Amino acid sequence: MIAVQGLVKTYGANRAVDGISFTVNRGEILGFLGPNGAGKSTTMKMITGFIRPTAGSATVGGIDVTVDPVGVKRQLGYLPESAPAYPEMTVEEFLGFIAEIRGFRAVVEKRARVEHVLGLTQLASVRAQTIETLSKGYKQRVGFAQALIHNPPALVLDEPTDGLDPNQKNEVRILIRNMAVEKVVILSTHILEEVDAICTRVIIIARGRIVADETPAALRARQPGARLDEIFRTLTGADA
Amino acid sequence: MSQVPPLFKREFLGYFRSPVAYVFLISFLVISVSLAFSRYGNFFRAGTAGLETYFLFFPWLFMFIVPAVGMRLWSEEKRSGTVELLFTLPVTTLEAVLGKFLAGWAFLTLAILLSFPMALTVAFLGDPDWGVMAATYFGAILMAGAYLGVCALTSALTKNQVVSFVLSLAACSALVFLGLSSFTTTLESFLPVGVADLVSNFSFITHFDAFTKGIVDPKDVIFFLSLIGFTLFLNVVALER
Repeated sequence: MIAVQGLVKTYGANRAVDGISFTVNRGEILGFLGPNGAGKSTTMKMITGFIRPTAGSATVGGIDVTVDPVGVKRQLGYLPESAPAYPEMTVEEFLGFIAEIRGFRAVVEKRARVEHVLGLTQLASVRAQTIETLSKGYKQRVGFAQALIHNPPALVLDEPTDGLDPNQKNEVRILIRNMAVEKVVILSTHILEEVDAICTRVIIIARGRIVADETPAALRARQPGARLDEIFRTLTGADA
Repeated sequence: MSQVPPLFKREFLGYFRSPVAYVFLISFLVISVSLAFSRYGNFFRAGTAGLETYFLFFPWLFMFIVPAVGMRLWSEEKRSGTVELLFTLPVTTLEAVLGKFLAGWAFLTLAILLSFPMALTVAFLGDPDWGVMAATYFGAILMAGAYLGVCALTSALTKNQVVSFVLSLAACSALVFLGLSSFTTTLESFLPVGVADLVSNFSFITHFDAFTKGIVDPKDVIFFLSLIGFTLFLNVVALER
């Protein structure tokens, strides 16, 4: 369960995140939508403890991220934008490192975890390749694999299908849908069809504020017959 | 502190996953040994079975070479974006700083100890004082750690490796120059002797000197260790900003 209350982040005079509040529960897949620069990634970075909020709070599983950041991070699987990983490590080495950090120190256990996640994300064929030699799609999957390796109760995914081809996108979406049954999932995306495909709920953020928080069906109902990107444009005031 | 071992392991092995380690180790050994045997070191002319001429250059050598190791400590993570991965993993800032620092220190220790053929040469040519050599190696390792602490700190302050290198070079030079006798006599000319003495006490040369003579003075050990502690503390603060 992730609860965000009045989150604010200011950079000098710029209010990147201007009072965002919402709650997500187990079984829900929340989609964050919004124009670039709206504050989606910043909000996610605050929930995952990478950035300190200027005001407000974010709790994961009841633990406040500013009070016990390590406790929160233990429960989260986070896929940052551009899926960073150590380029000189092989996929296997990198996932082994993450497994160790996640508490799987025993060799047998560690290997089992890495194998499991290599299978889930279909990375077995590139397991011995160094990450810097992988294509964007594979790098993205490595990032996803590292978020899943400890089977966390909560997933925060920043553009998880970015750079994937249509088949890979589909596979990742199926994976997310299957996992969401026993997890809380927040994902951000620019791809409106993804909203329909997997999200149980949608939040649209524009200029640091929430402008919509409802199910995809309710969102469509705002302008019956209109395309999602038209509704999006109305809400985010791109024509203004 | 339980997360330090995997962090240390990743960082230390990381050196060897690219040409960095090999280029560094070979360069360090070639340069340090050449200096000892050169006209500046006078290894043979000195006529003693000891490594003083080899270690003589260490404070100066470290001043350039340790920033090369230290500059990439944090700058690399920031540039490649892995800092966002690292600080969303369940590790404290202190664990991350310690893991990286200890790995760098272990690597520098390896570089220093790889000069053991010099020790063997001296043993072959004469009858050296092993106690003095051991003390000097110990002091060199501590001094490398202190240099690295400074360099890791400057690396945490900037994303740009070049800036980090220059900053750490400046800081390390200051710490070395403070101990040069020509500098201290200049200081003494316009400051009370006590103050000049205090200032020179911050120098790496001052403290390393005793080790080269075989003296393991707690005062010197504490100097290096407290400098390491201080720079690591600042490192944590710099990252948590």
